[in-house]
Amino acid sequence: MKYLDEYRDPVLARKLIAEIHRITTRPWTLMEVCGGQTHTIVKQGIDEALPAGVRMIHGPGCPVCVTPLEQIDKALAIAARPDVIFTSYGDMLRVPGSTTDLLALKARGADVRIVYSPLDALKVAVANPDKQVVFFAVGFETTAPANATAVAEAARRGIDNFSVLVSHVLVPPAMVALLESPANQVQSFLAAGHVCAVMGWTEYEPIAAKYHVPIVVTGFEPLDLLEGILMAIRQLEEGRHEVENQYARAVKRDGVPLAQEQIFEVFEISMRKWRGIGEIPASGYRLREKYARFDAESRFSVGDIHTQEHPACIAGAILTGEKTPLDCTAYGTLCNPQKPLGAPMVSSEGTCAAFFSAGRGLGGVRTLTPAMPLLQVAPIAPARELDRTEAAR
Amino acid sequence: MSGVRDLPSGAASAGTPAADAVFFDANGLACPAPIPEVQRVILGHGSGGQLSAALMRDVIGPALAAAAPGGPLNDAAVVEVAGARLAFTTDSYVVSPLAFPGGDIGELAVNGTLNDLAMMGAQPVAISLAYVIEEGLPFEELRAITASAARAAVKAGARIVTGDTKVVGRGAADRLFVNTAGIGLIPDGVAPAADRAAVGDAIILSGPIGLHGVAIMSVREGLEFEVEIASDTQALNGLVAAIVGACPDVHVLRDPTRGGLSSALNEIAATSGVGMVLDEPAIPIPGPVRAACEMLGLDPLHVANEGKLVALVPAAFAEPVLAAMRAVPEGADAAVIGAVVADHPAMVTIRTIVGSERIVDMLVGEQLPRIC
Amino acid sequence: MCLGIPGRVVEIRDDGGLPMGKVDFGGVRKDACLAYIPEVQLGDYVIIHVGFAISRVDEDEALKTLEILAQMGDLVQTELATMGPGMDAPAVVSDDDGPVSGVFATPATGAPGGAA
Repeated sequence: MKYLDEYRDPVLARKLIAEIHRITTRPWTLMEVCGGQTHTIVKQGIDEALPAGVRMIHGPGCPVCVTPLEQIDKALAIAARPDVIFTSYGDMLRVPGSTTDLLALKARGADVRIVYSPLDALKVAVANPDKQVVFFAVGFETTAPANATAVAEAARRGIDNFSVLVSHVLVPPAMVALLESPANQVQSFLAAGHVCAVMGWTEYEPIAAKYHVPIVVTGFEPLDLLEGILMAIRQLEEGRHEVENQYARAVKRDGVPLAQEQIFEVFEISMRKWRGIGEIPASGYRLREKYARFDAESRFSVGDIHTQEHPACIAGAILTGEKTPLDCTAYGTLCNPQKPLGAPMVSSEGTCAAFFSAGRGLGGVRTLTPAMPLLQVAPIAPARELDRTEAAR
Repeated sequence: MSGVRDLPSGAASAGTPAADAVFFDANGLACPAPIPEVQRVILGHGSGGQLSAALMRDVIGPALAAAAPGGPLNDAAVVEVAGARLAFTTDSYVVSPLAFPGGDIGELAVNGTLNDLAMMGAQPVAISLAYVIEEGLPFEELRAITASAARAAVKAGARIVTGDTKVVGRGAADRLFVNTAGIGLIPDGVAPAADRAAVGDAIILSGPIGLHGVAIMSVREGLEFEVEIASDTQALNGLVAAIVGACPDVHVLRDPTRGGLSSALNEIAATSGVGMVLDEPAIPIPGPVRAACEMLGLDPLHVANEGKLVALVPAAFAEPVLAAMRAVPEGADAAVIGAVVADHPAMVTIRTIVGSERIVDMLVGEQLPRIC
Repeated sequence: MCLGIPGRVVEIRDDGGLPMGKVDFGGVRKDACLAYIPEVQLGDYVIIHVGFAISRVDEDEALKTLEILAQMGDLVQTELATMGPGMDAPAVVSDDDGPVSGVFATPATGAPGGAA
């Protein structure tokens, strides 16, 4: 495929690796912000090909992973209602809430449907006028214009049986939160190419300047990642801290203005909770007042659901790069992709799932079905107990 | 509503009547058990990956123990009758929609059972065809599907000798479910089995992967896309005859259906206690399959096939087997894609473009399109 | 996050006020919303995320990046031959030998492209 295959060339990849080795004189710690980048790095073993002192920390850039438990619980409460068709991107379906996940809820009869695009969710709403159709609007800045367009279209076309459960998060505030953390080890960031495709990189310039961190806007193919790493290390070695753009074929400094306009027509910046990290001020979007009638939280009165994260999970420390999955007592035993305890095991691009999938720290030998101690667990709550609107009244 | 976002996390939960139903008290948990075991079958249990294996191991296997002294059930079994070795298999087919680019459920059901027999090295003797029909299914559709099943059987030289028809009320089945069973005759000296992979074996794949899975996905509600590819559903008994002719001692035959190539190879590696190393560029992946997988965030090695097989043969037989496979249409694009190694038992790895090796994982649960 | 892949725009239409199109990804075609890239033309490559074009691929920049990569380094042909597409040889990297020199040496000015 054009613009993909060229960036997977093994000879060029080895040239880049050799060049990275050539210019590296000291240990450096880099973070790729985005889960898609983590996926490529782990799948291609890029981090293992880097000089020994160069460490890649996998960042918090997976929207599925950082969606807080309570938003999942709200989704579950809404999806359990008989009058609701709950639509979602595929990777949200396996994300565990407190008691279950959307896939399991579907197995119990809830009408949960996977959509490829938020416009497909709108189509479901048009086709089912007697049902409430709710879309789980998760994502970073990349996904926000699409989700915003779905809401704006619903308003324009008067599709009143449509609503969205919003869990939108933003990259720059998370980077700042990491940099402000006393435990921070990150010396340079590979910024998320597709987030920057939409938003541009002007937001990152003050961060690079204030915290003296090189930031390289980077794409997703192996050569993109290797070149981004090379550019970041070159800046570190030369003592520079600028925003550079490796992903020039897709990213312009100002991003895509119409996409940004669409976002801010529908959403406004708000505090968001991040799974495993906690609350970060001004780190996400919520619907503007003008579109409040499309807010599923108020339509289904689930706004009062608040849930604690699980104590055994060190997701926060993993997402901040303070710890790796190998530091976690639950990794590979209590927690695995089939039974994810916490956020980074949930998505295949989460740090823990990526480690697990690559067999890291699993003793080199895995059995066909990894040993999963059957936990003594609470009985399954009947579906109606999940209906928090009834319970709350 | 407006103030809710500003509450400190967790502060609102304590003491409310609803708290017991949904909230966990972080300090009160005796052991880390955030996700209650779901004691029900979910769709992922049927997708051929790790969950399917767990269902067999934890639920079906133990309950069957008394009647299945031979241990875990395989897709097909060998039964000795009057000195002849018969392969015996049964399989049910649920596919939506019933017709898809390149085939329909009738053809799929016949070919699937023929292939289960073929993977034992057997040539088909007779098969059965049984329907569970949801009321309302048009005659025309049933006629077309049945004719298609018959054509597939004739083409493979198999006879359909018995069958059954049941009709259930609306909603009790999804239009039409099909079950087929079959018996086949295994030639003397032929005994492929999942536990016979040996260090040094060549891993031969019969052709391009992912066609069936992508053809099905392309017409699935909510994912629809246009693609000019067709399911690869076809019977493989002719191809197996060619393989067995060139190498009667073929160690393993396996059709990588649900769960894809990665799951099939992982199962063989685990059952035989060997490792495997694959050569990524050698695995034929059609352009549209790659493209669809890129678009949906799926791994082509996880995507289902319905007319492909992997054969594990001693290295010395790799060339003759490859030549024999390429001489029949079903194996025209056969290729050696890797080798069985002593390192990392029960693990399949692949060399990446940067020269690292990564583990080829089994599919976990259902394949879900990703946004990230 | 944000799975996005490049595809070629093969159809542009107005869908009840929403600019839509069809995008071809190497033989797979899917509807996509083109609302944010009004300048898009048939044949352009766009990056699609959840059914929306989020960027138009800049061909000049794409070529520039590849050219710079291709020029980078000065690998000996025999070295290339042993680690060609068949990838029989491991990556030519070693942590023990310190910075790679000799055949891998490149001019210090050979900065990769696309600087901000």
